[in-house]
Amino acid sequence: MTKIKSLADLRKIKDDVQEKIRLRENADQPEKLVQIKVGMATSGIASGAKEVMNFLIEELEKRNVDAVVTQTGDMGYCFAEPTIEVILPGQEPVVFGNVNVKRADEIIEKYIKNGELVDGIIPRNYETIDNK
Amino acid sequence: MKELSLHILDIVNNSITAGASLIQITIREEEEANSYFLIVTDNGKGIPMEMVDKVIDPFVTSRSTRKVGLGLPLLKQNAERTGGYFHLESVVGEGTTVTCRFEFRNFDRPAIGDISGVIAMLTCSFTDIDFIYTHFTSHGEYVFDSREVKAALDGVSITDPSVRKFLIEMIDENLTEIKINR
Repeated sequence: MTKIKSLADLRKIKDDVQEKIRLRENADQPEKLVQIKVGMATSGIASGAKEVMNFLIEELEKRNVDAVVTQTGDMGYCFAEPTIEVILPGQEPVVFGNVNVKRADEIIEKYIKNGELVDGIIPRNYETIDNK
Repeated sequence: MKELSLHILDIVNNSITAGASLIQITIREEEEANSYFLIVTDNGKGIPMEMVDKVIDPFVTSRSTRKVGLGLPLLKQNAERTGGYFHLESVVGEGTTVTCRFEFRNFDRPAIGDISGVIAMLTCSFTDIDFIYTHFTSHGEYVFDSREVKAALDGVSITDPSVRKFLIEMIDENLTEIKINR
């Protein structure tokens, strides 16, 4: 069975990856990358956060946006899952709620590429009823 | 949760919150014995004795952001409705093990779903944590060890999308080889 991929195959692609990273301007300066965190607690997962995260990783690469997409725990906005936090280089974090694949696409095209705000932003000063 | 892999993605977050550095995920398919096991073990801080009985209560959580914790109760419910069980063992300072048995031939047993995507997602998101995923079937076993992956990459960033893509394909093909129940 030669089809099975092994770690030896990974070593082969390693050099290509290294070269690709080297060619990127900002690879060694994470603060210049777009940083996205996807809320992945029970409520996020149950409402499709994994699909959104996969979409973001794949599409940002295809559209040549240097970004780091990671997962995080609960941001406390269970009513608006899936939620994502986007930090554009040098800017304050913005949290978007109810992000499905379609809205993720809009966030990439409008907010990440052009800095235009789109619907569904959860204000940072939002407090849960309990805290009031 | 409709898929077992989503349950895994969910409860592994508990291990991460508990400060685990090594998380082992094992799936054991025993078709002849009509059993399907999911075992998640971590080396996190553990759960105090008085909390162990409470973790399956949906209205108990260690979080302060909200008052419900549904991850484990949902998994327990899914295991029990197939005629299986849910068991949690924890030693403070050593770690926690969650064991679930599902009945293999049961309509309610959740399908495994996108397990390769979940394992790759965890490995690439939590680069400081190591994951060992072992899957046994009657056709053999497959072991994925993130420490081996990191060694093979030799310093190249594991978060690169092409590495993630590779890992998904690698896990997928190896799981197909041992004919896992999809």
